[in-house]
Amino acid sequence: MSENGKKENPEILLDNVREIKEKNTSEENTAALLHENRRLSEPLSDDEAKRRMRSLSRRGFLIGGAAAVFGYLSYGWLKQPADFWIYNQAFRYGLLDQPDNHWIFEDALKANEDLSQLYYSPKHLAPEFPKSRISMARVNGWEGINDNFDPTTWMLQVRGVANQNSYPQYRGNINYGGISALASGAERKSLSGLLLTLDDIKRLPRVEMTTELKCIEGWSIIVNWVGARFSDLVAAFPPQFTRYVGIVTPDEGYYVGWDMPSILHPQTLLAYEMNGSPLAMEHGAPLRLVSTVKYGIKQIKRIGRIEFTNTRPPDFWAEQGYDWYSGH
Amino acid sequence: MPKHLEKKHLLAIRWFHWINFPVLGLMIWSGILIYWANAVYGIRLFDHEYFHFFPSWFYEELGIPYRLAEGISMHFFFMWFFAINGLLYVAYTIFSGEWRALLPVPGSFKRALQVTLHDLHLRKQLPPQGKYNDAQRIAYTVVLLMGAGSIITGFAIYKPTQLYWLTAILGGYEWARWEHFWLMIGFVVFFAVHIVQVVLAGWSNFRSMITGCEIVDVPETGEAKI
Repeated sequence: MSENGKKENPEILLDNVREIKEKNTSEENTAALLHENRRLSEPLSDDEAKRRMRSLSRRGFLIGGAAAVFGYLSYGWLKQPADFWIYNQAFRYGLLDQPDNHWIFEDALKANEDLSQLYYSPKHLAPEFPKSRISMARVNGWEGINDNFDPTTWMLQVRGVANQNSYPQYRGNINYGGISALASGAERKSLSGLLLTLDDIKRLPRVEMTTELKCIEGWSIIVNWVGARFSDLVAAFPPQFTRYVGIVTPDEGYYVGWDMPSILHPQTLLAYEMNGSPLAMEHGAPLRLVSTVKYGIKQIKRIGRIEFTNTRPPDFWAEQGYDWYSGH
Repeated sequence: MPKHLEKKHLLAIRWFHWINFPVLGLMIWSGILIYWANAVYGIRLFDHEYFHFFPSWFYEELGIPYRLAEGISMHFFFMWFFAINGLLYVAYTIFSGEWRALLPVPGSFKRALQVTLHDLHLRKQLPPQGKYNDAQRIAYTVVLLMGAGSIITGFAIYKPTQLYWLTAILGGYEWARWEHFWLMIGFVVFFAVHIVQVVLAGWSNFRSMITGCEIVDVPETGEAKI
């Protein structure tokens, strides 16, 4: 509806356009073409016009200035205050506590997560690529995989499985001296609970996928993976707790937290082969997580322990200010 | 000749405009904090790169390196303000009828070229115009489409698996990121031209974006010739 209150039906508008076009409109007034309206005051004397304009300006610039100051201070309140002189002074004199990452940003990430889970479906799949498009592999960090480690003595510890002592792989609460995997290096730990071998994982249905691995830094590479679906592990060992999964390296130097829906996605694998070869040490031998529903920071290498839990597990990069969910 | 105060910009539109300015600025800033971590784009022709986004002095001067996590959390916070403000603006433009002054009309492209030639001092006369000239109509419509494009490509990068269909339409994950980047460059170019034009148009024009009004002469008799 236009300012003068007349309703224009699109057909009439089009007629206008046609009519004016026919009149060879290039020199016509384009404002008239679509009934563009002007909002004019009544005729005013020079002085009266200037007086009214001054009053409008005062009002406009005062409100605008106040809004700008409000915006500036709000931004300073939200952000690390290094660039904000007035906040720096307030911290100096102890009037305010210096915030780290403002809780609003963390709350926003959580709200985004809750919202995106509404649309989440395991039926939404990332594209697969022909093997000819496999990229050069990249190693982008050594956290959790840089110590001496003997993959031959490795076993995968799984916690939080329902009725765990009903499985043959269950080793009671004993110091399992024969296995030093979790305690590679000098420190030896007792391993107990459900302990799986790589063969246990390989007995699960073998799945192959050639997908993009997306790094939170912004790059992506195409990789061919072979492994077992995490959902098949869950089916074989139904968990006692079903909200989250925490996964850590044997030395506990790297750890990730996953929400259950994402880890049950059909493109989330426990991979043991990469680009046609067994997983190399730098890529997480003997077993790593890969997925199309989270960034590479969540695709932990050299898995030592998997734990089903109902409390949100700690996450190495989330502790550095990254999105805990980091979901695709 | 009597004067009139002419209401050029409605109050809501002025708010949308001035809110968008810092919000888009923060989206670009946080986007560059993110982009730094994988700064791969440049202007290339025949295997030669003429300009790389961005030179290292740019990052150093502005203190950009190693702020990826900060950039992500800012980007995914301010995106809501950018998107909601933009949607409200579009809805209000339709509702108020302001779209009439903004969308290109038949002959706009020809007249936009004439306006451009005039602004470059290659042509003497300006073609007839309404509130906005036809170059403005096209520029303001394109920048609106760019905003929509930024949101759409942003979604495709943000949830490439859940929105696999959207990412596929945009040519895949890598292309979506490239498109998102170049839309940002487009905003920067728009901003630069916009500032120059606002400066050239003068104080009264600028003030009307704050007060809403401008003092105009209108002949007393006859239909107002715009």
